[in-house]
Amino acid sequence: MFAVFRDLIRYNLEFTIGLVLVGIVAIFAALSFFSPVDPTLIYMAIPDQPPSAQYWFGTNSRGQDLFWHLSAAFRNSLMFGITVAVLSRIISITVGLAAGYLGGWVDRILMFINDIFVAVPIFPILVLFYFVLRNNMDSFTMALILACFGWPFDARLIRSVALGLKHREFTRHAVFAGMSTRKVLLEEHLPYVMPIVFSTFMNNMLWSIGMEVTLAVLGFTNINNPTIGTVLYWANSHSAMVVGTWWWIVIPVILIVITFLGLFLLAVSMNEYIDPRSRLRRMGA
Amino acid sequence: MTTLLDVRNVSKSFTMGGIFGRKTVNAVMDASFSLSAEKPEIFTIIGESGSGKTTLARMILGLEDPSEGEILFQGQKVSRHASKAERLAFMSKVQPVFQNPFEAFNPLKKIERYLESTARQFLHTKDRAAIDRAMDEALQKVGLSLKEVRGRFPHEMSGGQLQRCAIARALIPNPPLLITDEPVSMVDASLRMSIVNLLKSLRDDLKVSVIYITHDLATAYYISNRLIIMQRGRIVEMGDARTVLDNPQHPYSQLLKASVLSTDDAGAGKLATDPDMVKAANGLVGQAGKLVVRPDGREVRVYG
Amino acid sequence: MTRDSKPDLLKVEGLKAYYQMNYYGVEREVRAVDGISMNIKRGEVYGIAGESSSGKTSFIKVLAAAIRPPLRVVEGTVKYEFKNGPIEVTTASPAQIEEVRWKHLSYIMQGSMSVLNPVRRIGKTFKDFAQRPLGLTGAAFEDRVIKHLARLKLPPEVLRAYPHELSGGMRQRVTIGLATVCHPEFIIADEPTTALDVVVQKEVLSLIRDIQKEMDSSVVFVTHDMSVHANIADRVGIIYAGRLVEEGPTKQMFFTPKHPYTAHLVASLPRIGDTTQRPALEGRPPNLADPPQGCRFHPRCPLAVDKCRQEVPPLETVAQDHRTACWRWQDVKPLVGSAHPAGVMA
Repeated sequence: MFAVFRDLIRYNLEFTIGLVLVGIVAIFAALSFFSPVDPTLIYMAIPDQPPSAQYWFGTNSRGQDLFWHLSAAFRNSLMFGITVAVLSRIISITVGLAAGYLGGWVDRILMFINDIFVAVPIFPILVLFYFVLRNNMDSFTMALILACFGWPFDARLIRSVALGLKHREFTRHAVFAGMSTRKVLLEEHLPYVMPIVFSTFMNNMLWSIGMEVTLAVLGFTNINNPTIGTVLYWANSHSAMVVGTWWWIVIPVILIVITFLGLFLLAVSMNEYIDPRSRLRRMGA
Repeated sequence: MTTLLDVRNVSKSFTMGGIFGRKTVNAVMDASFSLSAEKPEIFTIIGESGSGKTTLARMILGLEDPSEGEILFQGQKVSRHASKAERLAFMSKVQPVFQNPFEAFNPLKKIERYLESTARQFLHTKDRAAIDRAMDEALQKVGLSLKEVRGRFPHEMSGGQLQRCAIARALIPNPPLLITDEPVSMVDASLRMSIVNLLKSLRDDLKVSVIYITHDLATAYYISNRLIIMQRGRIVEMGDARTVLDNPQHPYSQLLKASVLSTDDAGAGKLATDPDMVKAANGLVGQAGKLVVRPDGREVRVYG
Repeated sequence: MTRDSKPDLLKVEGLKAYYQMNYYGVEREVRAVDGISMNIKRGEVYGIAGESSSGKTSFIKVLAAAIRPPLRVVEGTVKYEFKNGPIEVTTASPAQIEEVRWKHLSYIMQGSMSVLNPVRRIGKTFKDFAQRPLGLTGAAFEDRVIKHLARLKLPPEVLRAYPHELSGGMRQRVTIGLATVCHPEFIIADEPTTALDVVVQKEVLSLIRDIQKEMDSSVVFVTHDMSVHANIADRVGIIYAGRLVEEGPTKQMFFTPKHPYTAHLVASLPRIGDTTQRPALEGRPPNLADPPQGCRFHPRCPLAVDKCRQEVPPLETVAQDHRTACWRWQDVKPLVGSAHPAGVMA
């Protein structure tokens, strides 16, 4: 594991840059655990202070130190994105591999359900959930809902690869070697879909964080919970750009760009590294 | 005489296409033959692509159910819908060897993985030492050893070595029958004979019956006891390998033999095939006819 | 023989082509072609035999002027003497290569599907490939193509067909048609019949032979199947581990091989009517990233002596047109079960 990291850092510039960018954001988000103030409280600092030695990122119109506030917001949003991505990856891998390999009626039923999820419009459903749950809708509930909608396209992608793998001779060989279906799927086929899983993981995080921002800006989430979306919601509702508290918008946007750029570079370089063809070449085939 | 494998009037048809323009393809039509349990032999199925030889093999392996007729292995019906336990029991007696040794092993996984899994499943043991012993014994039978194979990835071995590993794996449960589908067609020329000779020694020394599926008449002549020649799903000639190939009687068998590239007059550039022969053979496609036993023991399909 | 009077069309001298790769610190240099020299005359069929990863594929990539990284020509020259002037493919510009491609230098590939676009009608594909080099348009072009297809016993209707509507043999004839419609002087045929059934294979081979004679082109015919070489090639060259180990007229190669590897390849071919035990060659072809010292065949060679382990044998002329790279070629005897009983005596 360590050797893999060392090789990647040494020979892959994209990976190094991505790692640095994501590292910066991750450390920044992790700092929230040492926050001297509770980020949900307001008027704990003088409002509308520009960035200075005392308030590195300035303060907002609600009297919050933006450094600590954004730190908590990024932690929440990143955790949210990772939760959605992990949960929906699990569903899409399971559905995709099983549908592709087992085929027949299993495939037809799974793909039928899959297509329903593709067709259902997610945004109105999220709004509906918000009206039903109101402030009980915490970010974990929302992550669960998004995870339920974030898998179908990727499951189809994985299924198409699994369909090809099903007819490779090594699959039949594995069956005649007495391997169980679970073993065939997880040990023989999974390495071949990992590149898809990685790149869609990144896409999925992007999508879910973007979704959260959209909902929050419109006020359809618990706006007292600091996230990237609610930071922008409050900035917007206090007309930050008009009032001149530009740092309230610019700083979070810069951080978001850094996050996504870093994740993107990591996904691209990891992809190349775990691609079966490049793996084989490294093994010397 | 007890029969090991009994293929009884087996046919297989596939329906192709969707709701519109369905058409039925008869891959195998009314095939019958049987292998004896006492006398191990190499039984060759010769045919070109589309002859139904691979479909027949898949049915014998229980990967496909016949549309008509049945296949009995040691008196029990071979079926795709057998229970998991029945299926495992069947697989411990009938094992396949695949065509392309580079494809038969997952390139990202170690070779021993397949051998280990086979030993664990079919010898019903979790004991490491017993598994290792079974793997090593099987590898010894094919002229390798566990020491040479352990920890190696497929790309570290030649096609011939990989095919030996595949055969060794198939031998772990001590099956009485191996189904080999074109096992040497992807193996390099200089390594090919070692595999062919190995199949021979499996029959002679280990008493394993082998169904050898090929399009190559020369190796079929070299190793097989009996053979069948298939044309578009029908068996057109069946009998002792030497009897049939020395003097084929069915027009299609004659055409196949005439098409074998000979090295006897290397450099002479003789390539012409008698067009009448091709016409005669192709004219018989689609005609049912029936198999008739000849005095020398072979069966030939005759028409009209 | 008429071959002697004909001029050389292709001259390969001291060709070395390596794959140079670097993946995450794993540096590898694969010496796929390691010093091959050969000449191919006008109007001859030269068979190249070799196992997988013997370097034969890389060699023909260079001959076909398809040298792309990581494959690099390190040394040597590959020179064609085409009618419109000579060309040295290892140094030629892409424009110069484009100029001779299809018109003077063409290929027949293994899988017909790799040349034929599945969603384009055959006629369209002919236009894409041949219209520019032929310099014909409209009816004149179509006329030329139809005449050419007739020569390959293909009806004009195939031009309106999609590739999947044709049988495997038909498709391969179409690719032969594509490769030959411009009457190229040099054709590279890479395992063109490997995927075909025996009956069709023979048809296609005789077709290649006929059209080659008619156009008086040179053909480099690559296949691992020695029985194909026996029937189509005028001369055969054997490549082992990146080197040419023996070349000579087909008949001599089969009946009086002078390299133990060739002798083995010929002897291991089974024949109908003969059930004597065929010998198997032990060991495996060497890894080209780390080839053995001296003669590369020595670890598997029954005749190997100390000299073979240390010194690389040069290609020596042992008879007219017959060269071999073996220190002990005088001791090489056709093995038991050789292709022809008379061969043992000769």
